[in-house]
Amino acid sequence: MATVRIPPVLRPQTGGQTEVEASGGNVGEVLRALTSEHPATEEQLFGPDGDLNRYVNVYLNDEDVRVLDGLATAVKDADTVIIMPAMAGG
Amino acid sequence: MAPTQTKQQIEEIEPFEAAQELEGGDVVLIDTREPHEYQEAHLENGKLVPPGLLADEIAEAAPNKSARTILYCRSGNRSFKAAEQLQALGYEDVASMAGGILAWQEQGLPVVSVSGMTAEQRDRYSRHTLLPEVGVDGQLKLLNAKVLLLGAGGLGAPTALYLAAAGIGTLGLVDDDVVDASNLQRQVIHNTERIGMPKTESARIFIEALNPDVNVVEHNLRLDSGNIIELIEGYDVIVDGADNFPTRYLLNDASVRLRKPVVSASILSFDGQISTFVPFEGPCYRCLYPTPPPAELAPSCSANGVLGVMAGTMGTLQANEVIKLVLGVGEPLIGRLLLYEALGTRFTELKVRRDPDCPICGENAPEVADEDLGKFPDYEAFCAG
Repeated sequence: MATVRIPPVLRPQTGGQTEVEASGGNVGEVLRALTSEHPATEEQLFGPDGDLNRYVNVYLNDEDVRVLDGLATAVKDADTVIIMPAMAGG
Repeated sequence: MAPTQTKQQIEEIEPFEAAQELEGGDVVLIDTREPHEYQEAHLENGKLVPPGLLADEIAEAAPNKSARTILYCRSGNRSFKAAEQLQALGYEDVASMAGGILAWQEQGLPVVSVSGMTAEQRDRYSRHTLLPEVGVDGQLKLLNAKVLLLGAGGLGAPTALYLAAAGIGTLGLVDDDVVDASNLQRQVIHNTERIGMPKTESARIFIEALNPDVNVVEHNLRLDSGNIIELIEGYDVIVDGADNFPTRYLLNDASVRLRKPVVSASILSFDGQISTFVPFEGPCYRCLYPTPPPAELAPSCSANGVLGVMAGTMGTLQANEVIKLVLGVGEPLIGRLLLYEALGTRFTELKVRRDPDCPICGENAPEVADEDLGKFPDYEAFCAG
C-alpha cells in the first residue's frame, strides 16, 4: 500500500484524514483507489477526460509525476504520493 | 610660475565625467587622502596613495605613465596638487576630479565603504558580523539591500519583523488593507492600539521602533498590471506573501521579465509551502503551478482558518531565504518546494523543474504585453483567494 498525502483543501472529502493508504501499481491506480474510497475527491482530482486536472500537482516521493510517466508512473509499496494544489493564503 | 597659471595646466573634470570615464575602463583611479578617510568611503577601484607617500608609492599604483590617470581626494585640493606632482614625474594624461568625493556623493554616485558602520551599528549587528558567512561586508550588503514585501499580513508580518531586525536597509511594504482585530492572532507587527490603521503605516511604526536603520517605504495600494513593473523595478528581492492567486501570477510574470528573485510562500490551516524563484536560474511560479485552481479548491485563510504560529514559521523561513539571497551564501530554495505541516511537525522537500514550455520563462516564451501580465487567456473563473 502506498501512502497518499491529502492537502488541506481535500481533507473535507477524506473525513479530515491527512494521509490515506491506497493500493495500486501506478500513480493513476493509487489515485483511483483513493477516489473510490472517497468519491467526493474525484471531481477535484480528475477532469471529464480522465486526466489529472491541470491545477493539481502530484508527486511521487519528491518528484513531480509530470517529469516521470504521469499517471502511468510505477508505485512501490513504501512510496508516498503527494497531492498538492497551489495555495494562495498569505 | 604663479600657482594660478599652473592650475590651468591641470585638467579638472566633474564627477559625472569621471564616472563616465571609469565606466569605459582603461583608467587608473588614485585616491589621494589618508587611510582613515579611505576606510570610511572611497570610489570603487580607487587605489589609496596618501599625499605624503605619493613619490614612493605611485609607481606601484600607476605603473604606466601614459595611461589615463584620474585623481580624487575629499574636496579636490589635494588631488589637484598630487596631479601637479604626477605631471612633474612624467605622467602624461592626468586629471583631478573637481569637488572630490564630496561632490561625487552629492551627485548620488556610489561609494564603497570598508568600515561603513557606525559604532551603534557595530554593536547592534555584532552577532551577525561575528558569523564568518556574514561579517562586516555581509552586514553592509544587508544595510544596502532593498526588499519589497507583498502583503503586510500573516506572512509579511513575521518576515518584516526579522528583516527589519537584520538591518535590511530599505523595506517596501505593499498592502491596501487596514489592521483588523482578527489579524492580531498572527500578524505580530500590528497591535491592538492600531486597529483600523492602514497596515503599511502600522508596520512602519513597528519597524522604526525596532530598528531606525531601516527605511520603510509604504505602498498603500493594490498591485495591478499597470503599476507592478514600476513598483518592483527598484527592489533587489521580492517577498510574495499575497493572499490571492491573481497577485501571485501577476508578480511572477513581472518578476521574470525584470529578472527579480522572488521568495514565495503560502499558508492555509496548518500547512505552509515555500520556494525561491530566481528567473532563468530555476523554475518560476508558473512552472510549478501552470494553472490556478478553481475557487472551491482555493479557500482563503479567512474562510478556512490558519494557525498563527505556522504563519510565523513560514514568514521567518522567507526572511531566511531573503537574507541568503542578499548575502550570496548558503543554498536558497531554488528548484525546491518545502512543505511544512504543523500538526505533524513535518517538513517535506519536493523538486521543482523548469518547464521548457512555460509561457513566461520557457525557451520559446513570447513577450508579454504589460496589460497581459498575470493573465490566463483560457481561464475565466479566476478566483479570489
